[in-house]
Amino acid sequence: MTVQSDPHSATSLDVASRDTKGTSRTTGALVRKIRTGAPVVPFLVYVILVLGVPTGTIVAFAFRSNTGRFTWSNIHTILGTTAQTLEFRTGFENSLKLAVVTAVIPGVLGTIIAYAISTSEHPAFKRITAATSGVLAQFGGVNLAFMFIATLAATNGLVTKWLAAIGLDPWNHGFDLYKFWGVAFVYMYFQIPLMVLIITPAFAGLRPAWREAAEGLGASRWRFWRHVGIPVLTPAILGSMFLLFGSGFSAYATAEALTGGTISITPIQIGSILQGNVIAGEQNIAYALAFAMIVILLVSVVIYVLLRRRTSRWLL
Amino acid sequence: MASLELGAEIADPSQIDAPYGAEAPLNKPQRRFRWGRGAILIVTAAYFVVPFYAGMEYSLQRPTGGFSLTPLSQIASAPGFASALWLSTQLAVITMVVVMALMVPTVIYVHLRLPRFRRVMEVITILPIIIPPIAYSVGVLESAPQWLRNSQYLLAIVYVILAMPYVYRSLDAGLGALDVKTLVEASRSLGSSWLMTIWRVLVPNLRAALMSASVLTLALVFGEFTIANVDNWQTIPVWIYLAPTDNPRINTLVAMIALLATAVVLILIVSLDRSQSRNSRRSA
Amino acid sequence: MTSVTDVSTPVGADVHTLSGAPVVFDNLTRRFGATTALDRFSLNIAPGELVALLGPSGCGKTTALRVLAGFERPDSGRILVDEKDVSTVAAQHRNMGMVFQSYSLFPNMNARDNVAFGLHIRHQRSSQRRAKAAELLDLVGLGEHVSKYPHQLSGGQQQRVALARALAIEPRVLLLDEPLSALDAKVRAELRDQIRAIQQRLAITTVFVTHDQEEAMSMADRVCVMSRGHLEQVATPAVLYSQPATPFVGQFVGVSSRISVTRRGDHVEILGREVKIRGDLSAVPTGELEALVRPEDLDVAVNPTGLGVITHRSFLGATTRVGVGVAGANLRADVRSSLADDLDVGTRVDVSVNARDVLVAASQPAS
Repeated sequence: MTVQSDPHSATSLDVASRDTKGTSRTTGALVRKIRTGAPVVPFLVYVILVLGVPTGTIVAFAFRSNTGRFTWSNIHTILGTTAQTLEFRTGFENSLKLAVVTAVIPGVLGTIIAYAISTSEHPAFKRITAATSGVLAQFGGVNLAFMFIATLAATNGLVTKWLAAIGLDPWNHGFDLYKFWGVAFVYMYFQIPLMVLIITPAFAGLRPAWREAAEGLGASRWRFWRHVGIPVLTPAILGSMFLLFGSGFSAYATAEALTGGTISITPIQIGSILQGNVIAGEQNIAYALAFAMIVILLVSVVIYVLLRRRTSRWLL
Repeated sequence: MASLELGAEIADPSQIDAPYGAEAPLNKPQRRFRWGRGAILIVTAAYFVVPFYAGMEYSLQRPTGGFSLTPLSQIASAPGFASALWLSTQLAVITMVVVMALMVPTVIYVHLRLPRFRRVMEVITILPIIIPPIAYSVGVLESAPQWLRNSQYLLAIVYVILAMPYVYRSLDAGLGALDVKTLVEASRSLGSSWLMTIWRVLVPNLRAALMSASVLTLALVFGEFTIANVDNWQTIPVWIYLAPTDNPRINTLVAMIALLATAVVLILIVSLDRSQSRNSRRSA
Repeated sequence: MTSVTDVSTPVGADVHTLSGAPVVFDNLTRRFGATTALDRFSLNIAPGELVALLGPSGCGKTTALRVLAGFERPDSGRILVDEKDVSTVAAQHRNMGMVFQSYSLFPNMNARDNVAFGLHIRHQRSSQRRAKAAELLDLVGLGEHVSKYPHQLSGGQQQRVALARALAIEPRVLLLDEPLSALDAKVRAELRDQIRAIQQRLAITTVFVTHDQEEAMSMADRVCVMSRGHLEQVATPAVLYSQPATPFVGQFVGVSSRISVTRRGDHVEILGREVKIRGDLSAVPTGELEALVRPEDLDVAVNPTGLGVITHRSFLGATTRVGVGVAGANLRADVRSSLADDLDVGTRVDVSVNARDVLVAASQPAS
């Protein structure tokens, strides 16, 4: 090794730990820092290689022309400024709308359910709902789509038949399982459990002493929630909703299987370009769409992290 | 101890609100609240159970009416099912081993020595939940070296990332309920090595957390469609979607069984392992 | 135990206004499943008095406090505050200030808003609330921290804000539920004195739950010792220490040695000396008896032919505590440190009792 030829390097560790002044002190601190950090390196390397590099590749390809040069044109295309490219713009609009709807409604419902679960007196019930939420939160895609088709398909769906029997066939009242609201309804099947999963710890952090203190000071149940309970939980609830937003925004398999790729949302558009349903040479447009999605998702992660920081200060 | 039971009682806010004297008119809000909670839980349960029931009914219904269990026996012989099951099983095992080997030591170490790094871990392990799988799968294929790109095990490598959110949260909660520092110091002072400490002291105490993390990983591998599809490997979910079977009901049935099996196994784990939950309640 | 003497001030003697209300626990019973947390518990508390509820965990002291606060409903019995039965009044209407074990400050409000919360609920004007909150934070010595949030305050500071918050509503009774147990020793001692000083200045009736006897003895006008849901003895700290009414109190408060004795009428024979039995003779159990003797009631003298042997010694400052093995028992005795030089381990000694009377209990298997 070349290091051995240089006596200073060879002993730099010892020197650094003994010498307490000058630059070697900072070197010593750095060495210590590296040593303490070393055990998490495998994890970080794995994440960088398997998550970071592919993401970076997408970003790089988003700015690459068909000839391999740098270009802004992909980005221009997906912004949908011309008539031919309007579909991308519509796709983003629909995706954002879908993500917001499936963040807000399941967010509110999930919060109420988590509260109902957290106030239950049966510990077994709590454990079972927690476990079920874990399974359902990642139940999506093809399996989920098939299940809902069996439930709500026109004419033959089980619930459709039930409702039709009492004269309330949803398909006669503007419902379409394969359009926006149908997809949103199906997304809730994994979004609600996801919300329950991530918001439950916040309810556990709500101390009984706060409630009793408020009550002892003369506050009614309603005033406790108004002045303490809801303000304390708000950052956690909002933060979790941003996470649901991300999950709903990026979901692909469920919508693909349910609508056969007919719904105009960005993940489906990316999928159909990449699977060659569109003219070749357009691949880079797909990367640009993916890049735009990642930018939007990163913003929602940053907001989630900021809100979470506040929550953990309050609730831990 | 009375004081412990007391704590458990207080945890229920509806009890705190209970007014004095059963005849007091103040009793009403409590009743209404109970009804409200019951109604919410019933409607929710219906939303989650009815589609499942519909799926079951659809797949087990005879064309002539009535039900039969014959589709169950047809699963095994359905073309492509066996190889899809074998592939998914292999992927599940590899993913579980790798994700545990990577996460268990890291999370324990972070809890013990690098508490500031927990924030970073938390953010990193959130990313797989929100990264668009369709974009991610393409990014992986574009950046993977050729030899890996042709291998089915590339999927396992990627699933490790996707499993991280659930595994991390499970382990973090499990460790949070333990006094890790004291346990480790006690074990070390008794002369045990680091590996021994992790294996003999921490892992047994994390049993429930590790098991639920494994089951969630299993559920993930048996449910992931997008990446497997883009990468052109016929895992169970891809088979369910694409396989040309004579009877499409079989596909739905497999989907139902996969969901039911994971849910049942996970519920069994959490309800059988009562010691863990009792410990965490006491320390809370 | 050494600080017992300084809490002899008569109740409310040097206070002009008596704002505290008398409190009566009347025959309260509360069960949780199979355990009886309160068993026909009765206690009268005078206006302005500070009573400590002391006992091992599970003795019912916390339940008694929570019943008084209105967080628990008694199965039977009454609570009287100011001679009115409040047993059916909801906690939010009882007007009692409570300080909890820890972490009860609302995390979303700064110190001032926390203190002003009860006034807000009572619809006081904003300016009035702020003034009152500032005044109370001054009182607890946190005048400079009005706009800090709980997570920016130390544990001791948080508990002082909690005290100010409880006092802001001008409660009829102040309830303290082990407010010092989560703090470190130095802060605990400081805050103990501060709480006592404020309580005496405001002359507010106070019930204080603790499992720490030193805390109870140093702060309370009277200490109420509880075990298994019932009251063992309620008395001033000095009386509690020198004249425990029951063997439980004798064992639980301070240190006692148990010595086997035989009864002779109203006397027992201990270590060759006749000593009077304390208290009601009819309450003395039959069968094997033991006397409970405080370390300072035993005299130890070097004697090469004595029956006792020194088994250990520990230096406590002014006194040295020695263990003496006599006839199979191990007694603890306190000796002035200046006279303890000769009492090395293994030295043969004579032991004798120098008390006027002793508490006698049924013999217990050695523990």
